[in-house]
Amino acid sequence: MAKVLDNPRPTLKERAAQLGNQMQGSQAWNAIFRPGSIFRKGYTDSPRNRSYVIMNSVLYHLHPVKVKRHAVKVSYTLCLGGLSFFLFILLTVTGIFLMFFYRPTGAAAWQDIQTLQTSVTFGLLMRNMHRWGAHLMVLSTFLHMSRVFYHGAYKAPREFNWVIGVVLLTLTLLLSFTGYLLPWDQLALWAVTVGTNMMGYTPVFGSQVRFVLLGGVEIGSETLLRWYVLHVLLLPFVIVIFMAIHFWRVRKDGGISGPL
Amino acid sequence: MTEIPEHLLKRAQAARDKAADDAATPAAAAGDSRIPDHLLERSKAARGEGGAVAVAEKASAVVTSVPSAGLPVGAGPGGHTQRLLTVVKSGSIQETKAAPVDKVHTWPHLLAVEFVASLACTAFLLLFSWFVNAPLMHAADFNKTPNPSKAPWYFLGLQELLTMFHPLVAGVTLPGMGLIVLILAPFVDRNASNKPEDRKWMTSMFTLFLMFWAVLVIIGSFFRGPGFNFTFPWRDGIFFEL
Repeated sequence: MAKVLDNPRPTLKERAAQLGNQMQGSQAWNAIFRPGSIFRKGYTDSPRNRSYVIMNSVLYHLHPVKVKRHAVKVSYTLCLGGLSFFLFILLTVTGIFLMFFYRPTGAAAWQDIQTLQTSVTFGLLMRNMHRWGAHLMVLSTFLHMSRVFYHGAYKAPREFNWVIGVVLLTLTLLLSFTGYLLPWDQLALWAVTVGTNMMGYTPVFGSQVRFVLLGGVEIGSETLLRWYVLHVLLLPFVIVIFMAIHFWRVRKDGGISGPL
Repeated sequence: MTEIPEHLLKRAQAARDKAADDAATPAAAAGDSRIPDHLLERSKAARGEGGAVAVAEKASAVVTSVPSAGLPVGAGPGGHTQRLLTVVKSGSIQETKAAPVDKVHTWPHLLAVEFVASLACTAFLLLFSWFVNAPLMHAADFNKTPNPSKAPWYFLGLQELLTMFHPLVAGVTLPGMGLIVLILAPFVDRNASNKPEDRKWMTSMFTLFLMFWAVLVIIGSFFRGPGFNFTFPWRDGIFFEL
């Protein structure tokens, strides 16, 4: 007995396709994705679509549509600048996680870290990642600088971007150093004591600078609060501005430097 | 009627005065003309040959309808139907690139590399953090100074310098000079080439600079024991925390 249905029930696949079409035709979808975005018009591999991927997304702020062929060679840059930036993002993410469990006071700080490590899910892992990531970022920034020097990439027209880079290296060191105090253990306290004692020898205004940074003549709870604010707000704010200028200049100065 | 701003009126008046002055002294005007001399001479010669149609014999042969006598309507001084406004050298307007640059699309060529690099970096950091714990010592105690007390590793070079120089030199002057030298590097290095064989001097100077700090950091990290006295790590152990 063959009964032919005039209107067969749509299959799951057809329903999914219909739902997809409805969603992509909706106003919300079109409001989110720009005209020409591959999420609006679909993607098939063609030179034009390859351009649209960059041109119609936020990535256009960071990358041009095309780059020099040698610029994508890993053996040329070793990805060091990009990795420094990526580590900064990782550090921001793990750092925000740590902030939920940390109070910057002399009485609570060390105990908070202890609790974070022993009773918070993934607390120890996050703290480890933040610490090792920070050391890695100092290292990668430093290696990035060496790479740029050995390639002569600081030469005209990139002189000023090199200067920005030196500022970024200094800021990275300062970020790492201010973070060093926050666990408020013996290692942190005395490492920072050694470091800030050196600062006090700056001629003319050395002791004043030290006083402002420590919030007193000796390291104490006030220092902890100050360095905490420096570490989580002020220095990240400043470094982001300098990074924005750094990345913008990379593009304006004609992409990364040419092959040797 | 719209009122013309005063400064525009003044500017127009000044231009009119200048034009009158130039007309009064044609010699001076010709003096600062930018028309090349050989072109001026050619036009002078053409004017001498006779009027408007003296551009070339060929032209007059083709344009037969042009009357040989009498000037066309709208002809300029001297009977020219065209005037040379200015001569522009080709380089100043048309910029042609010397050689086309070999380029690839950022997507997928660069983005894929960046994505893989960031994944590898995350994986490395995650695995390393899984197996190696960050140090956490006893809570800060102002009454117990650990021996030795060391700065973070990147400042251990400076701490090492402290054993040799006055703190003003080791802690302020030398690192300050180091930073200034770094900042000035691109302005001091006047050599435009980026080929390694052309810049042996700068690369050796920079290597020396790096080695100077690296050696100090390594000595400060591994070869300094209690009292920040010199030790051998294989004899007395390592006094170093990251």
